Amino acid sequence: MHGFANPARFLRMARWLLPTLLVPGMLLSFGALAWGIAYAPPDHLMGVTVKILIIHVPCVWLGMAGWSTIAISSIVELVWRHPLAGIAARAAAVPGAVFTALGLITGSIWARPTWGTWWVWDGRLTSFLVLLFLYFGYIALADAAQKDAAGGGGAGRIPAIFGLVGAINIPIINRSVVWWNSLHQPASITLGKSSIDPTYLWPLLIGALGFSLVFGAVVIARMRMLLADIQTEARLRRKALN
Amino acid sequence: MHERLDQWVYVVAALSVGVVGTLAMVGWSLIAMLRAERRRDAVRRK
Repeated sequence: MHGFANPARFLRMARWLLPTLLVPGMLLSFGALAWGIAYAPPDHLMGVTVKILIIHVPCVWLGMAGWSTIAISSIVELVWRHPLAGIAARAAAVPGAVFTALGLITGSIWARPTWGTWWVWDGRLTSFLVLLFLYFGYIALADAAQKDAAGGGGAGRIPAIFGLVGAINIPIINRSVVWWNSLHQPASITLGKSSIDPTYLWPLLIGALGFSLVFGAVVIARMRMLLADIQTEARLRRKALN
Repeated sequence: MHERLDQWVYVVAALSVGVVGTLAMVGWSLIAMLRAERRRDAVRRK
């Protein structure tokens, strides 16, 4: 793992990894959406609105996957002091927040024709909204910590602790439909089992894979951006001191 | 009172929000990365 601790080595790898993730990710995502729109039949209860599943579910999964990435990277940063772990956590925050927001918006649009309302304050929706606010807090905290670190402060570990504590919301989101009454349906896909018809399951899984690759590509791009910013800042500081 | 809903409007709205949001995030991240790397290279050359 510490083999990637060298930023120069990471940047060499990131240069080919970015297009390798982005291009197939885009093709799979949009291919799955087109497949779902064109060929998946209407559901007997939800009608054609069931097609929203193919964009909504990957967004929700990636919203939660984004915070899981932050939590795992935070552990690596706190325990092993891996120099790129904090950067990986920061890089995952913005795409995680975007997918969380997209999950909330697409879910709300889906709720209107199926539930008759745009929003209900039940466990699933509320805990997912809390996730979005946690992302906002993390992004602001990480930004402030980076400025503090540039000024010689030692606040670098605070976002990692926040990322770790915030992870408590992930199992709450997952179990919310079991613990509390909700208009939201229980999980349709669990480990090894699915109650979704294969005509929807395949475009959904391919779409989820595609959006995950896009997520990975965005994380790599943001890591390159953050590393470039740190290198620029360091060089400017050295020049100012000389 | 009965409300008549055209379900396709909701499908198109949800897919558009998802696709436009994803493309905007990808574009913004790539542009920010290229700008940051260009700035770093410019500072190195000085």
